[in-house]
Amino acid sequence: MSDHLILRIIAKMFIPFILLFALYVQFHGDYGPGGGFQAGVIFASALILYTLIFGLKTAMRVVSPTALRILAASGVLIYGGTGVVCMVRGGNFLNYSMLADTPLAGQHLGIFLIELGVGTTVFAVMVMLFYAFSGRKGPEV
Amino acid sequence: MDIFIDIILLTFLSIAALAIARIRKLFCAIMLFGIFSLVSACLFVTMDAVDVAFTEAAVGTGISTILMLATMALTSTEEKRPPYQPLIALLVVVVTGSVLVYGTMDLPDYGDPMAPIHQHVAPRYIQQSPDEVGPPNMVTSVLASYRGFDTLGETAVIFTAGISIYALLGLRRREDADYHQEDDHV
Repeated sequence: MSDHLILRIIAKMFIPFILLFALYVQFHGDYGPGGGFQAGVIFASALILYTLIFGLKTAMRVVSPTALRILAASGVLIYGGTGVVCMVRGGNFLNYSMLADTPLAGQHLGIFLIELGVGTTVFAVMVMLFYAFSGRKGPEV
Repeated sequence: MDIFIDIILLTFLSIAALAIARIRKLFCAIMLFGIFSLVSACLFVTMDAVDVAFTEAAVGTGISTILMLATMALTSTEEKRPPYQPLIALLVVVVTGSVLVYGTMDLPDYGDPMAPIHQHVAPRYIQQSPDEVGPPNMVTSVLASYRGFDTLGETAVIFTAGISIYALLGLRRREDADYHQEDDHV
């Protein structure tokens, strides 16, 4: 789609703001609507827009399939790991109150970490799905 | 005023649903799916479920439309005409629909504070979550802390879906992705 000058310029202008909005949704989930899931999807949509405009090859140079695999797994690991750390510190699995000195600070840290895990996995899987579908050849018609 | 907005949105929803069922051009159907999902998101907003609306708008309107378009690029753009008139299917749908509508008559009114669902754990979430968990957004407290196990399960489901697609379709390496660029120039 490299001939579409207007699309390219507009996409270039918009992608940073989409990424920034995704980060806002990710880290502001405690105070407003949003959270890891929505943030991951929005972050992925920025990369998908990039792929649509600049082609799969360029996008794979930005975020490689290997990186996606690692990110997808590490999101679940962050989530599960938070739970295990809670157990190590003497609480139940995923009882964040044990993570810091006061229960409220612990809960805050715990929610931050697991939302980060959710966001990472969702982002990686959404982009992975898009790569998988758009990387295939259409029917020879 | 609320009821007025609801009626308009639900009318749009039914028009979109009927059009999706009738239309044979898959591109139009996919666009209508996007519209359907956006209207559902608006309905969720009128029900004050902004978190759900946000997810519906991002996933239903954004990502799934893109994924369906990407899938359509691999298949044909026209739905095949079925060889028979699907009258039995219509009958089944009508009967099931009427049973479901009949079932809703026993449900408590929307927003009724005495409804069982508002008597179980909801009061504790509303009264205790600022002291027990902290975040001002109660939905986050419930999703991330009280129901942390459920959210872990959801994340695992997404991860599983991702690796299933990866196992079935595979991802091309960077060097193999060249032809896609050529496709784009056509």
